[in-house]
Amino acid sequence: MAAPPRRPLLVFLAGLLLVASLATLAEAIYEDQVGLADWHQKYIGKVKQAVYHSQKSGRRRVVVLTEENVLSSLDLRSGDIFWRHVIDKNDPLDQLSLSLGKYVITLSSGGTILRAWNLPDGQMIWETNLQTSTASDPQLLIMSNNKVAKDNLVLVSAGRWIYAVSSIDGAISWEKEFSFDGLEIKQVFQSSENDIVYAVGISGSSKLALYQLSAKTGEILKDVQESIPGELCGEVVLGSDDVLVALNKARSSLFLIEFKSERISYNKVHLSDLVQDLSGTFKLQSLSNGIIALQTSSAVSLLKLKGTDGLEVVQRFDQPAALSDALTITEKDEAFAIVQHVGSQIEFLVKFTSDISSESIREKVNIDQNRGNVEKVFLNSYIRTDKSHGFRALVVMEDHSLLLIQQGEVVWSREDGLASIVDVTTSELPVEKDGVSVADVEHNLFEWLKGHMLKLKGTLMLANADEVAAIQALRLKSSEKNKMTRDHNGFRKLLIVLTKAGKVIALHTGDGRIVWSNLLPSLRASRFGGIPSALRIYQWQVPHHSVMRENPSVLVVGKSGAESSAPGVFSILDSYSGEELNSMKLDHSVVQIIPLTLKDSSEQRLHLIVDSNSNAHLYPKSPDALDVFLHEMSNLYFYSVDIQTNVIRGYSLQKSCDINGDEYCFGTKELWSIIFPSDSERIAISETRKMNEVVHTQAKTIGDHDVMYKYLSKNLVFVATMSPKAAGDIGSALPEEASLVAYLIDAVTGRILHRVTHHGAQGPVHAVLSENWVVYHYFNLRAHRFEMAVIEIYDQSRADNKDVMKLILGKHNLSAPITSYARPEVVVKSQSYFFTHSVKAMAVTQTAKGITSKQLLIGTIGDQVLALDKRYLDPRRSANPTQQEKEEGIIPLTDSLPIIPQSFVTHSHQVEALRGIVSIPAKLESTTLVFTYGVDLFYTQLAPSRTYDSLTDEFSYALLLITIAVLVAAIIATWIWSEKKELRDKWR
Amino acid sequence: MAPPRRFLLALAAVLLLSFSLTAAAFQSDELLLNDDEEFEGVGARPAAPSPPAAPTVSSSRRRSAEATSAGVGESNAVQFTLEHDLGGGEGFTPAGTFSARLKTSAHGTQTLTKLRFTRNELTEDEKDAFKKLLQEDGFYTIRLPSNVLDPTRKDNVVSSIKARCIPRDSLDEHIVIHMDGVNVLAVNYGSVGGCQYPRPVKFPSKWTFSSYTILKTAEQAPRTPSFVDQLLEADNGLGEVIKPPEKSFWAKYWMYIIPLGLIVMNAVTAAANIPEEQAAGQGQPGARAPAAAAARRR
Repeated sequence: MAAPPRRPLLVFLAGLLLVASLATLAEAIYEDQVGLADWHQKYIGKVKQAVYHSQKSGRRRVVVLTEENVLSSLDLRSGDIFWRHVIDKNDPLDQLSLSLGKYVITLSSGGTILRAWNLPDGQMIWETNLQTSTASDPQLLIMSNNKVAKDNLVLVSAGRWIYAVSSIDGAISWEKEFSFDGLEIKQVFQSSENDIVYAVGISGSSKLALYQLSAKTGEILKDVQESIPGELCGEVVLGSDDVLVALNKARSSLFLIEFKSERISYNKVHLSDLVQDLSGTFKLQSLSNGIIALQTSSAVSLLKLKGTDGLEVVQRFDQPAALSDALTITEKDEAFAIVQHVGSQIEFLVKFTSDISSESIREKVNIDQNRGNVEKVFLNSYIRTDKSHGFRALVVMEDHSLLLIQQGEVVWSREDGLASIVDVTTSELPVEKDGVSVADVEHNLFEWLKGHMLKLKGTLMLANADEVAAIQALRLKSSEKNKMTRDHNGFRKLLIVLTKAGKVIALHTGDGRIVWSNLLPSLRASRFGGIPSALRIYQWQVPHHSVMRENPSVLVVGKSGAESSAPGVFSILDSYSGEELNSMKLDHSVVQIIPLTLKDSSEQRLHLIVDSNSNAHLYPKSPDALDVFLHEMSNLYFYSVDIQTNVIRGYSLQKSCDINGDEYCFGTKELWSIIFPSDSERIAISETRKMNEVVHTQAKTIGDHDVMYKYLSKNLVFVATMSPKAAGDIGSALPEEASLVAYLIDAVTGRILHRVTHHGAQGPVHAVLSENWVVYHYFNLRAHRFEMAVIEIYDQSRADNKDVMKLILGKHNLSAPITSYARPEVVVKSQSYFFTHSVKAMAVTQTAKGITSKQLLIGTIGDQVLALDKRYLDPRRSANPTQQEKEEGIIPLTDSLPIIPQSFVTHSHQVEALRGIVSIPAKLESTTLVFTYGVDLFYTQLAPSRTYDSLTDEFSYALLLITIAVLVAAIIATWIWSEKKELRDKWR
Repeated sequence: MAPPRRFLLALAAVLLLSFSLTAAAFQSDELLLNDDEEFEGVGARPAAPSPPAAPTVSSSRRRSAEATSAGVGESNAVQFTLEHDLGGGEGFTPAGTFSARLKTSAHGTQTLTKLRFTRNELTEDEKDAFKKLLQEDGFYTIRLPSNVLDPTRKDNVVSSIKARCIPRDSLDEHIVIHMDGVNVLAVNYGSVGGCQYPRPVKFPSKWTFSSYTILKTAEQAPRTPSFVDQLLEADNGLGEVIKPPEKSFWAKYWMYIIPLGLIVMNAVTAAANIPEEQAAGQGQPGARAPAAAAARRR
């Protein structure tokens, strides 16, 4: 009698136990979740100098210096980064060289800081500070064949100074300051036979000075000065052993200067005799054996020096071409490379300077058309298997990408334009079409089965190490995450980024791969004169209802020159394919771009572009858009922040414009202005709410069941000004002199809603504005710490809506329209807290409906992103919160904000040179997508209040099914047993 | 319109009387406190259209009673002009005059106090222009010099409002001037009440302005609380931990006691039932049949 009842119970208990044990197992998995929803990509930026390891060191590596101020060692076989240093922006790297085959020498900060790095691992060996007048063009020369105690001296010249530094320990072995007035040393070179160093300098515009120095002591052996008639522009190269070639200021002629004899003698050659087209940029480059290359914007000419008598053109390349430096191959011979475009291919030529007319290598290489022109070439030689000389070259393209070319092929390429992202937007992926079977997505059934077998093995803990790795790889590239279709949760999107080079690249959020890229022709320097710059990228068309069949598109706005009055360029791209749908050159400049919330009938977003004459131009230029716009025009206002003149102005739009006959052009009328007195305040930052931000609730219920109404205005602008003395670095101003004033301004009427002064505060200021609050970060000089302050603004005019009777009787003003013209009654609450880090960027999480609590995303000085709960920055925190306040979730007041190591979003990664953080709402309310960019890229998903609305990926559905099955079985068993028992009872 | 006027006058008379009690001669600025934020309602007082005066510092230095008593410094009278633009392409014309006292504090910083505002009477042309502005729903724009002492600077702070927001019985306006020392940062011009879209055309019954002006300066941010001292004290002290008040036995253990009680009660009733049944079973063997019958009936 006793045994039967216990059996189902036991089964049930066993089931429970199983569930519990597996649940704890699932909880413990944490570290391998890294990389499932996030990715991190490392870049270096556009390469400006490269040096190869010598043959002897054996390893195939190259050390590069980039425009993003990165020093990096790359693997020549794969393009992977061995090591990398991102140097601070205010210490720009100028020169790079190798010494003794094991040190990388860099010269930075205008010739004042010389550093040596260990070649294999990139550790810094030594650093020497040199006292020089900072020069624009410091030179670095590593002396070879110098047998001073087996040490190679490093010569640094900057301005009037020359330093010789030991490359072993960085000790200065001699220094020399030339007393010649206004001298700037342009070239330092070593004589090939003896220990003599030549220094060529220019003083003023016409004085040329030449010094011979002893390499061992720095003693001046000989100095000659000579006046050159006509002005020198400062470009001087060494033509051959005893001839200098200098360019004059008008860029019309060259001086050939013989310097080895007692007196300087020179000869003038007119450039027009040699080269016809001399417009645009102009560069002289010396190859050895008397060969000089002259690069203009349209062609490259190779010139041969005939003593000081003259020059003759040896060869000319009319296609856009790039030229490498000369590379020593044998004692007498040097090689150089030319890369030029031939049709859709590029041609890679290697020539020897001894025989300029023939080529050693002529190879045609197919490259992606979206990479633009070749900008730089770095040649390297290697010994082939048949003991002959082979050549390969690193090629820097117009889109900042880096390619390695060898044997007529692109061995690898790096998309380093992604290191200089200017702006980011997102696009949804296409909706999944019906009829896509599993087999299409997975490659075939066998692969699919194999994957599942592996997973099963992993679950049953039968997998060996290789299989575990395979499972991890499978999980990482799980097709579900990387599909090119829209998903239910809105996690899969395209991140469309605009880079400095004018290239638009779409990245998949699943794994960060490049879906498409397009180097915009309108933003390429070769098309128009001047240097175009990419400005912003916006969503142009987001199809919803009527035009569901069309692809979404993005708008790229740039300008075709550096100055503010340069005409703008406008380009529209398909978000799915990257194809350029429309491109135009605007006939006005671009000062401000205002995306409107209005859409025309084809769902194109209306954009207003304000030019430098304060006229607003409407885009798209269609009658339909104009109708929509004119209807809303009287309610449109905009403002501009002029940091130069310290003024904020608000404008409304008027129908007429200065340009007659252009109905898409609108005049503006100044409605309000705020003038900050320039002697006491300078605008440091202005911040506004994100246009797409959604706020869930207008009211905030506080602990004692009272209600506070948030002041939610899309027109709220936060402006911070600083006293002019505090504009410099921290420490440059006394606490008494420094102050920061924070303003909250209504951008329609120019009303200052709140104004508060922080004495003893100094920038840099970073701020983020969201809902009804603003958080800003600054340095407190009195407390010697960084601070974060919060201002929350509440609407008092709605405060008397709390009466239930009023609500029932309809005597409330909740549904009354809000107008900016009414005088707002606002209440402001503020508080400030100490914060340990200095900040590089700040953002706030955005979710689809705005229900999820907010987190601040703070880019710290360590290039990581910290997620800080907004609750810590609540102005209502008090030292001893009451019971009610505790229930509300108010954290007791502390003087500093906590930094919890687990709340670093980037976990162990660093996003080097972090510049921006973008938060994109997913469809799932709890989750937001965070994209961080700098030199590196990092993407992750974040759930500020945990994933309360979905099961995690790790959730075991099998376990759930097993549990249900066990429970059903238990129910059936107990039912059968009870039936049986009942029957037995009846028969008793 | 007359009764409110009369009331205002009466009020002014009462105020005047109270002033005259404290000081021998009437000076309206005597009673006002030295407050950063001043609010002064100046009724639409018809004033002679003053010449379009540039901001001037009057040369006659009057010592205010406060200044002498505090001995802080001297105060000068300052005047500056409010200009308005009624559209129609005529540009800005003088519309009123602000007069205030310039006070120099011990630190050498200058502040304005006792701001008073006099509106000029609207001329017929201006009335017409205003009517036109109302009809076409245009902007009424005012401006002030950005520095009240330095008239040579050409910077002006501007503020606008839809003209239809202003008319009530008279023309009601509300001016907030944000100051930083002697610099006017911004002026906020607005109507007294709300002004919701769509704005109907409404003409005032009286073409005079009733103005309210406020002078505002920046607030000081509170200092960041620092708990370092308190923490040190806590460390030095004996670390007294305030114990939460002791809960009663019942409050602490009720969740155990109730189930226990239920179990005990259950057990007791069960124990009471079993002997009874057993006794019944032993005593009456024939009782099984009715029990089975009862079961069958179920």
